Amino acid sequence: MRNYSVIDANNQQVTYVDQKRWWWVLSLINPTLPLIGVLGFLATQQPFWLVAPLILMFVVAPLLDLLLGEDQNNPPESLVPQLEDDAYYRVLTYLTVPLHYIAFITVAVFVGTQTLPWWGFLALAVAIGFADGFAINTGHELGHKRTRLETWLAKIVLAVPAYGHFWIEHNRGHHRDVATPDDPASARMGESIYRFALREIPGAFHRAWEIERERLNRKDLPVLHLQNEVLQSYLISVVLQLSLLIAFGWIMVPFLLIHNFFSWWVLTSANYIEHYGLLRMQQDNGKYERCQPHHSWNANHIYSNLLLFHLQRHSDHHANPTRRYQSLRHFEDLPSLPSGYYGMYLLAYVPSLWFKYMDAKLLQLPHVKGDLNKINIDPEAREAIFEKYGDGFVPAS
Amino acid sequence: MSQHLKYVCPGCGYTYNEALGDDHEGYPPGYLFKDLPDDFVCPDCAVRYKEDFEPETNQQH
Repeated sequence: MRNYSVIDANNQQVTYVDQKRWWWVLSLINPTLPLIGVLGFLATQQPFWLVAPLILMFVVAPLLDLLLGEDQNNPPESLVPQLEDDAYYRVLTYLTVPLHYIAFITVAVFVGTQTLPWWGFLALAVAIGFADGFAINTGHELGHKRTRLETWLAKIVLAVPAYGHFWIEHNRGHHRDVATPDDPASARMGESIYRFALREIPGAFHRAWEIERERLNRKDLPVLHLQNEVLQSYLISVVLQLSLLIAFGWIMVPFLLIHNFFSWWVLTSANYIEHYGLLRMQQDNGKYERCQPHHSWNANHIYSNLLLFHLQRHSDHHANPTRRYQSLRHFEDLPSLPSGYYGMYLLAYVPSLWFKYMDAKLLQLPHVKGDLNKINIDPEAREAIFEKYGDGFVPAS
Repeated sequence: MSQHLKYVCPGCGYTYNEALGDDHEGYPPGYLFKDLPDDFVCPDCAVRYKEDFEPETNQQH
């Protein structure tokens, strides 16, 4: 295990061993999980295997979060530069890129050539959709970095779920507008995930193209130009998905539609839970206060954090968007979720349960204390929420 | 000779060098920091605004 060491500003020696170092290899699970279904089926001809990847994602992962619990370990700040320079961590993010391609193409070839029961086809298409939704997570980690290699890898991996506009929209749009009513990627109190999706998916698309159009305008270039970084990724998607259509015919139409939809749905799910109801206050000059740690929901659950490159340490990510995943920190007293994202997604998919649990958590937050004016509320639910909670009501924990 | 300055994002360290501009963002060499749009945000981290940028100390002219 590598030992990091430095003499800090106070002339003290600081040392650190990253106990999670080798465990980060688990981040390779997300891209490849659907292959378990393919290999299991080929080995046994039992169609049950086609459902196994979804069970591993939505039954086993939340259970492992529950069993393995939380991790609050932080690297010492003086050693972060060394940790960030350690190429090992970077290689893992690079590796997930080809793995997403390999798994996606393998599953496509499999469903294009095997006779499967309809429910097995559906389960596998949904599973590879979810797996490639996590390609957006890899694209997220890579797209925030400043090296040309990493931004290109982001565009390449985002082409698998056909979501090339994500990193422009996320870096330049979501991070700027997060936790404000202006942000299509921040969910409002009283807004179900299903209504949120109808605002988030088109809103993100539009914002990315608008940002890119403005940038290209400054360069006197038309928006439909090869320098358009959204278009670059889309072109890879077109080549990839069109090749599969030509190779395997009509069966690819439902496969690709299901795959793309569920990939996008993973991002919608993450966006939904990451800032639900949280609000940056508007200042006298009309601008919103700077994004604070209490403007993101966090989860410290170790298993899902290892699978998601610490995405769930979301407050630190918003405070320091270019910080690499291995150095993201846990802080005390942040809005925290009771489970990792996998478990929270399931809760979000049942809006009545979500509202019951999360609205109370929101009202209990120390910076909110029942003050509805400090919450990002869905205008359509506003009246009902004020009637239900009144101003200043804090539910018992 | 005109004096070009550098401005640094206090969040992530991105530097806007007026002498070079920022080709990717569409600002040509010599484009002054003060002429950047009021809603300019750091191109790298997007969480620091124009008014947050700090002139680089020890500027070379």
